[in-house]
Amino acid sequence: MATIGILAVQGAFREHADVLRSLGSDCFEIRNARDLGRPMDGLVLPGGESTVQGKLITDLGMGDALRSMIRDGLPVFGTCAGMILLAERIDDGHVAHLATMPIAVRRNAYGRQLGSFSATGSFGPLDGVPLEFIRAPVIESVGDGVHVLTEHGGHTVAARYGNQLVTSFHPELTGDTRVHRYFLDMVSGRRTAAGN
Amino acid sequence: MMESNRRYGLNKELAQMLKGGVIMDVTTPEQAGIAEDAGACAVMALERIPADIRAAGGVSRMSDPGMIRGIQDAVSIPVMAKCRIGHFVEAQILQAIDIDYIDESEVLSPADDVHHIDKTAFDVPFVCGARDLGEALRRVAEGASMIRTKGEPGTGDVIQAVSHMRALNAGISGLRSVRDDEVYEYAKDLRVPLDLAVYVHENGRLPVVNFAAGGIATPADAALMMQLGADGVFVGSGIFKSGDPARRAEAIVTAVSNYDDASILAEVSTGLGEAMVGINRDEIESIGNIRMAERGQ
Repeated sequence: MATIGILAVQGAFREHADVLRSLGSDCFEIRNARDLGRPMDGLVLPGGESTVQGKLITDLGMGDALRSMIRDGLPVFGTCAGMILLAERIDDGHVAHLATMPIAVRRNAYGRQLGSFSATGSFGPLDGVPLEFIRAPVIESVGDGVHVLTEHGGHTVAARYGNQLVTSFHPELTGDTRVHRYFLDMVSGRRTAAGN
Repeated sequence: MMESNRRYGLNKELAQMLKGGVIMDVTTPEQAGIAEDAGACAVMALERIPADIRAAGGVSRMSDPGMIRGIQDAVSIPVMAKCRIGHFVEAQILQAIDIDYIDESEVLSPADDVHHIDKTAFDVPFVCGARDLGEALRRVAEGASMIRTKGEPGTGDVIQAVSHMRALNAGISGLRSVRDDEVYEYAKDLRVPLDLAVYVHENGRLPVVNFAAGGIATPADAALMMQLGADGVFVGSGIFKSGDPARRAEAIVTAVSNYDDASILAEVSTGLGEAMVGINRDEIESIGNIRMAERGQ
């Protein structure tokens, strides 16, 4: 059984835990540097406000540890704010946070809450995936080695770069567990490759 | 316009994204910037914070849309604004300026002593105050997609926030524990729709996110409300009525993220300077001031 650490300093972390537990994973919350000492097979960076999460990651002394865990190959799944935390560049001039994934993102790309919307689309080989956009960011450009998984309305809204998976939308809110299963496959792939 | 229950779902989901966060009252773009930099997950734009509304007296209304726009331009996080209870035209105006959340708030003078706003008629989400389970579910029935316990705004005294959170929790566990065939009578007593009472009976929680508000002034106050079960906190007068707003705001944000870690709470509570002076529950009446929490039941 995979053990997933979920960043829980702010945002919709419980929703990810509910989905991952329903798929048979163990989950624990990461609130401070001490929690990073626990062994984990995968990491989730949930939705919320990226400005808040990014500041708390730094203030609570977690930034360097998270960055090196991700660079060392720990599978990570960032939704919405989590995607912004992983991006190398943020287009509104905000300083990048973990900056481990070669993508540029634009925050609040659809405007304020009245611009939030639901749609369906494909995610890699999967069709009819519900896409829930809440004051969502989009991916403006991708670097070498980034594989686009979802395009919607002319924007890139899901992508993978090796061990890093990001979505602008919120699969944890829809009841459709296929995106989380895709992430758990990434997790078990690494576990197999590492021989544990 | 999107199908209305899908829109309601998206509005409840925005509240889910705010969880574990601190929503701060701000009166100027400069304060909004301080709040965002300190880690606020949203700001509440208003011309006067509750402590000053108390001091000024008179009728308190929706803020000037120009002032709210100035704050929208200053920050990238969600911006909320208050309208008077029952004043659906103020709400229409706030929706027209693309506000992220409307607070139908007892902090302002009520415009209607019987009816709250029919919030189902709007695309923009609403948060409403509540002192117990009945008030909370009546507001949800009217279309609120987020609840906050009322507390007593502008006092810096946490006692009412605690009392309302405990009352709400007691109501939920009471409804949770009754027999299935007793839920109908319970719903009648609470004056709430049966389907919402059934939801609480089956799930043991409100169908929407619930923040604590009204009188929170220190990191310890904020952590107290979190340990009592709040999903996050509103801090109104407590920040910009204190000696060092930026530091206090940061400390409250960290306290909410690690609300059950006493050593982190001790660290962030250290050397914050002067907290807002405040006004306690008994003094409110002796100086002839108003109890805002009793507005809009």
